[in-house]
Amino acid sequence: MNSLVFDIAHMFAGGLVLVSFMMLYQDRLYALLNIYALHALVLALAVAWRAYAVDAPHLYVTAAIALVFKAIIIPVVLHHLIVRLGIHREIETVVGIGPTMLAGMGLVALSMVVMLRVTAQADPLARKDLAFALSIVLLGLLLMVTRRNAVSQVVGFMSLENGLVLAATGAKGMPLVVEISVAFSILIAFIVIGIFLFRIRERFDTVDVQVLERHRGERR
Amino acid sequence: MSGFEFTAVSAILLIPLAAAALLAVLPGYQLTARLNVIAALLTFTAAVSLFFTERPAAGSYLLVDDLNIVFIALNTFVGFTASVFSSSYIGHELSTGRLTPDHLRFYHAMYQLLLFAMNLALLANNIGLMWVAIEIATLTTVLMVGIYRTHEALEAAWKYFILGSVGIALALFGTILVYVAAQPVIGEGLQAMVWTVLIQHVSRFDPSLLNLAFVFLLLGYGTKVGLAPLHAWLPDAHAEGPTPISAVLSGLLLNVALYAVLRFKLLLAANAKALAPGPLMVTMGLISLVFAGFMLYRRRDIKRLFAYSSIEHMGIITFAFGMGGPLANFAGLLHMVMHSLTKSAIFYGVGHIAQIKGTQKIEDIGGLTETHPWLGWALVCGVVAIAGLPPLGIFMSEFLVVSSTFAREPVLALPLVFGLLVALGALLWRLNGLAFGRPRGATGPGEASYVPMYAHLALVLTAGIYLPPPLVAWFQNVAGLLG
Repeated sequence: MNSLVFDIAHMFAGGLVLVSFMMLYQDRLYALLNIYALHALVLALAVAWRAYAVDAPHLYVTAAIALVFKAIIIPVVLHHLIVRLGIHREIETVVGIGPTMLAGMGLVALSMVVMLRVTAQADPLARKDLAFALSIVLLGLLLMVTRRNAVSQVVGFMSLENGLVLAATGAKGMPLVVEISVAFSILIAFIVIGIFLFRIRERFDTVDVQVLERHRGERR
Repeated sequence: MSGFEFTAVSAILLIPLAAAALLAVLPGYQLTARLNVIAALLTFTAAVSLFFTERPAAGSYLLVDDLNIVFIALNTFVGFTASVFSSSYIGHELSTGRLTPDHLRFYHAMYQLLLFAMNLALLANNIGLMWVAIEIATLTTVLMVGIYRTHEALEAAWKYFILGSVGIALALFGTILVYVAAQPVIGEGLQAMVWTVLIQHVSRFDPSLLNLAFVFLLLGYGTKVGLAPLHAWLPDAHAEGPTPISAVLSGLLLNVALYAVLRFKLLLAANAKALAPGPLMVTMGLISLVFAGFMLYRRRDIKRLFAYSSIEHMGIITFAFGMGGPLANFAGLLHMVMHSLTKSAIFYGVGHIAQIKGTQKIEDIGGLTETHPWLGWALVCGVVAIAGLPPLGIFMSEFLVVSSTFAREPVLALPLVFGLLVALGALLWRLNGLAFGRPRGATGPGEASYVPMYAHLALVLTAGIYLPPPLVAWFQNVAGLLG
């Protein structure tokens, strides 16, 4: 494979990991959503480049879904939602930024060590993509566990899904069925989440998950 | 012949799907509840007809073989009895105003969609399709758990949704890794995701990739099975959703997730160089069993109590399949069937009890055998069965698990027996308070349909005393397949 093509693919996938890191230290919801839109944009570029590099036109569809749906529609809707809920200026108490970043670096190192060792015989582009994808999945998980706000947890989950899309497109010739279903499931997931957020608002007047925790069945 | 077989498989999928669409628009409780039962019955009939017709050849998407036919029959049967129970349960919820007619339409449509998704997951021959089906099943149950819109129900649904999604995401990563392992051998495209093709070529896959994939799949689908470190969603989801859904969750959805794990275990077992999947499953199973056994003592909510008991039993089943070998697999299969029947029967009973008493708190429920003999004694039978006492079916399957473990790995049998005894003590202690002694709580008459509950218990009792030889032969055959 042409080394320039390979390097650019590498750059996009690495950029995605970098944007995942940027999400970890955002303490305002508005900023977090903007970074998420950037995340989806980089994903769209990475997938489109992949489509060009391996000459797989169906991947352009996946890239377009990432661009239109994840980079534009979802952030816009969520922006409206948090304004309506009146939490757009709230500052979240994130678990110390230092430890979170260190944990994130540890997770990336872990996924590099694991994936690069395991996939020694696989196609080099797929190999790097898988290693980056696992990092993004783990960083998404980290984002979810360090946040208390329901909206930020959802953003964490969506960044995790972006990592999965990167992995799926990185696997050579993986059937389109799966890619569409991934996009589709995000859509469903989003609807579900939307319903939940409205219901949570209706019942609790807050989207802080810690308030929810007080209502646990066992401690009534 | 081929036309007819095709219809049996497609009927299992299309009937619930059509019913879901129809039930989403039809008004009226009487009509829709009946329609729900009829659709479930038709699906069950179609599933039974699979046993008597020649099977269709495995396609790129669907597959019928000796393994999944057992799961499908069980799935559609419990789906049918739960719909019968649901029609009497939901009538009460409507009259007390906990559910509105709009919610009911939604509930029925989701119920059929859930049955569709579970059947699709069981019939899928394509690991991508299987993943999609399990994801749909998760989303429908999330919506149903949150249907009462109380604080607790929303929190339970949210927790289930977040943990379930993370599990599902890990499972997708595992699925992608299996494809990456298969692609150099089988080639690009759809064929590299077809299970029957994978199993033929798996011996030439890269073993380290397969190992990594299995770890992700076990963690991912294991979350849905409710194995111990990943079980946190399960008690909440069981306690706060409508009781028919608790019965379907415990009796069916956990099995479907376990079935997915088993399919991938078979792949790993067929590759000589890959890691043996058994020890991982044995460990997770034992942890779930012992942990849930202790947790049973501290439960104050009757539905949570039986939810923890489901974690315990899924632990036993995972342990048995992890041990492997014809006897342990046979015991695992039998235990799975018996647990599904017994646990759903218990939830049917618990649903009526909670409606009569107006609460799920154990301390407000007592002396049931005196005030409501039919319900009380059914609960006694169910709990005695689930605790693993003779002569009921679960005793036999637990006995087989324990004896096969003693024969092969005596050291593992110690924690196994310990966990079983701990759980037995907790269940009998709680049962004593619930069923005997001075009556507590409301004692009003309950309008309940006892048929599904007693039908399940009768089946469990029969299986404990006498298993028909053709059934034994069938299970032995499947156990042999599982390796």
